[in-house]
Amino acid sequence: MARAAVPGRLGDRLRWRIAEVAGRRVESATAVTLTLEIPDWPGHLAGQHVDVRLTAEDGYSTQRSYSIASASNGRSLDLTVQRTSGGEVSPYLVDELVPGDQLELRGPVGGWFVWRQQQTEPVLLVAGGSGLVPLMCMIRTREAAGSRTPFRLLYAVRSPSDLLYGSELRQGAPGLDTTYLYSREALKDSARPPGRITPEDLARGGWPPDFEPTCYVCGPTAFVEKTAAYLVLLGHAPERVRTERFG
Amino acid sequence: MAFISRGFHGRRPSAGTKLPPGQYETTGFPVLSAGPTPRIRKDDWQLSVTTETGKRHVWDWAGLMALPADSPTVDLHCVTKWSKFGTQWQGVSLDVLLADVETSAEHVLVTSYGGYTTNVPLADLVDGKAWIAYGYEGGDLAPEHGGPARLLVPHLYLWKSAKWVSGIELRQSDVPGFWETAGYHNYGDPWREQRYQGD
Repeated sequence: MARAAVPGRLGDRLRWRIAEVAGRRVESATAVTLTLEIPDWPGHLAGQHVDVRLTAEDGYSTQRSYSIASASNGRSLDLTVQRTSGGEVSPYLVDELVPGDQLELRGPVGGWFVWRQQQTEPVLLVAGGSGLVPLMCMIRTREAAGSRTPFRLLYAVRSPSDLLYGSELRQGAPGLDTTYLYSREALKDSARPPGRITPEDLARGGWPPDFEPTCYVCGPTAFVEKTAAYLVLLGHAPERVRTERFG
Repeated sequence: MAFISRGFHGRRPSAGTKLPPGQYETTGFPVLSAGPTPRIRKDDWQLSVTTETGKRHVWDWAGLMALPADSPTVDLHCVTKWSKFGTQWQGVSLDVLLADVETSAEHVLVTSYGGYTTNVPLADLVDGKAWIAYGYEGGDLAPEHGGPARLLVPHLYLWKSAKWVSGIELRQSDVPGFWETAGYHNYGDPWREQRYQGD
């Protein structure tokens, strides 16, 4: 694995900022997107995350990291949060926060799992469930930049009703190919029976290794472990496979 | 005035445990790594300690197994916010590995199979504070958690506990490793919440 480039703005102390919830959009039965307004937001790279800090009245406080879903626009950002049942933070963000509420966050953080628009090699994105979020940020950043870099997305998700950003993905973008890999329940006319991701899925929906794509894999640990191992088995150089996990 | 999150109550760590600031307790064992998990056979495994003069000390798997082992029970704190209490490991103390190594170096660059690196002051690897760990909770250390062997430096954030460890380079000067180059803190003390540069 190569050493990560220093992302310029991480040199300074990352200070906590107050963000205001400007919008709340339901994405699925368990996920919402919060649009946060941050007047002095320095901007971010596609794939970076923020740390969110919640503080109770007695001073108890805890933090979590969330990937940024939106392309950098200098004043606001979208976080898509999936409710973890029994979780301490995600149910609060998904069910309790309403527009006008405030939130403490700092960032952006992360200099390895990022896509920069200067990159010209083909890109393979492999998402498991809400692991799509930082990859969607890459797709949106590519589009906002008018980049013509070819992207392929393999999106593994339980069923069509669990899709995040379904209409935006269906609408698509020139140079972006999307393949859906349903694990539990597929669409009626789907040629692929429901099931977990396989090397054949990656060979069919991805790029040949000799195209030397950069591969970004994000999802639950077991999904990422398996997918990254398959990509290496298919002949992709390990240093071209970047991973991010949650859970 | 301190910021309060409206309507947030939160959970508290279980009785008798203390969390570093900003952390939460997990009973699972999450995985964090930047790329595919390298698969290293014990037969192919080697660990080297290299001094600032270039002298190299090398152990193979049998050599490591022949050294006296410890069974430390330690708390883990990951910069991604989870902490896990009371994990049980088996491994060789760095004090044992460094016992015959002559050095005046103060800095260490730890290297791993797969190319990962991290830097740690030598003082943080000695006096019973660090191990080359190969056993976890009574079994072999799984590849995704750094097996066959990883560094274990539990008093620092877990990215310092390099998985798939292959080398301990003793150095006169400090050089940042993989995450340290990418904006993470050079030292990484969870109790002082040294997550990122400048913390």
